[in-house]
Amino acid sequence: MTTPDAAAEPHGTPLRPTPLLRVHERLGATMTGFAGWLMPLRYRSETAENLAVRRAAGLFDLSHMGEIAVTGPGAGATLDYAVTGQPSAMPPGRARYTMICADNGGVLDDLIIYRLAGEEFLVVANAANTEVVREAIVQRADGYDARVADRTADYALIAIQGPAAVRILGPLTDIPLGGVKYYTGHRARVSGCDVLLARTGYTGEDGFELFTRPEDAEDVWDALSEAGSGDGLTAAGLAARDTLRLEAGMPLYGNELGPETTPFDAGLGRVVRFDKPGGFVGRAALEARAAEGPRRVLVGLTGATRRVPRHGYAVLWNGQARGTVTSGAPSPTLGVPIAMAYVDPEVARLARPDTSGTTGTGTTGTTGHALAVDIRGSAEPARMVDLPFYRRAD
Amino acid sequence: MTVPEELRYTAEHEWVAINGSVASVGVTDYAQNALGDVVYVSVPAPGTAVTAGEPCGEVESTKSVSDIFSPVDGEVIEANPEIEEDPGLVNSDPYGAGWLLRIRLADDGPGPDSLLTAEQYAALVKEAE
Repeated sequence: MTTPDAAAEPHGTPLRPTPLLRVHERLGATMTGFAGWLMPLRYRSETAENLAVRRAAGLFDLSHMGEIAVTGPGAGATLDYAVTGQPSAMPPGRARYTMICADNGGVLDDLIIYRLAGEEFLVVANAANTEVVREAIVQRADGYDARVADRTADYALIAIQGPAAVRILGPLTDIPLGGVKYYTGHRARVSGCDVLLARTGYTGEDGFELFTRPEDAEDVWDALSEAGSGDGLTAAGLAARDTLRLEAGMPLYGNELGPETTPFDAGLGRVVRFDKPGGFVGRAALEARAAEGPRRVLVGLTGATRRVPRHGYAVLWNGQARGTVTSGAPSPTLGVPIAMAYVDPEVARLARPDTSGTTGTGTTGTTGHALAVDIRGSAEPARMVDLPFYRRAD
Repeated sequence: MTVPEELRYTAEHEWVAINGSVASVGVTDYAQNALGDVVYVSVPAPGTAVTAGEPCGEVESTKSVSDIFSPVDGEVIEANPEIEEDPGLVNSDPYGAGWLLRIRLADDGPGPDSLLTAEQYAALVKEAE
């Protein structure tokens, strides 16, 4: 059989290690290449790592993410013009999820933007898009009094996610975590090291993302590991990160989002602030698209067998291809294969779960086996379910 | 990475145990580790003819799907009935309870000498690491 490449190196360029490489080696991680970085794919079992995050907590190295500093009197105005949201309206300490689009409304990246101070913003981009995002913001800053700098090399990023995260991190930090609201970022100290502490994440669990100096990363990781050992804190890699975000119904750039999609396609119209004063790149195209209505709809699917609907597989309605799977994986939390897919609006309407009566089982009502996914030549029955697949209890 | 001495191997990471005219086939410890958690296995129905070097089923793991290549010419006799309920056997016991299929050898096919010895296979995976 063919086996997946362990660490593919495009064109012989060596992969870039994160400040936590020695930790991953010590833990025996299976490493992989991702967007030019050498990253931990999994440590033992990605299924076990997913379950640990849901039941206790997981520790992630996310140092591959891009950090772009936008500073100066015109920083807020620059970002209002550059992205779909309105970063200038955030008070210092807040963070917002938003997108940066091309003139035609296609998504260049999805972002979290933190306002650190009146004239200081930190834009966190996907690893694969950091340079594209930096370049776009630089161009869009033209005429504004703002500086744009890629600060990725100045940060390591460690995430702790799960119901035990507060309990584990609390004793190590100098700020009371009860006062840290969701989607805020605060300067703090963790285990004696300066960090930007944010209550953000990509798992659907409560948790924190800690931006540290690269030279402090190992100390912060080790302190969290030790503090969490009694609570079941587990190192978790990119494979678990992907099933966790999929279960939580969160999009992945390159799958649900891309230059051919608009925020509306992905059901994320809320990130587009038409009401902000002034223009922004992509405004006209997005207004036209909003007026015209959706061309396709992002839906959730569950598989009826163990076979997994994967990226690129056709979604069939009564035997006809009416959509495409964007992401799919076996869900450790749900115990069945799950997938997100773009389908024709008509199919999204006709195949939606019967909301009268049964909950949680995603019955297809009268549709029977009309909905299926073409899995390598075989039409496998699927059910349409509302997103997210998983929502935490509290 | 275990590579039992008494088995034969292919460059595509299958192992073969030959008992008279019957070959038992599975994937190696190296393969199950590279694949990650196995969630589904599909092999051809009993009676299906298979050819050495040609795909004869697939192993699906959390992240990917890989073809199983038949190590020998012959006919499928049976698939492991335990695997459907417990695909994780491929990970936990790839050479034992995680066997995938049994094939009756064709009389005129390439013999077991065309397969790699344990030593040859071990050398192959060592280079790949």
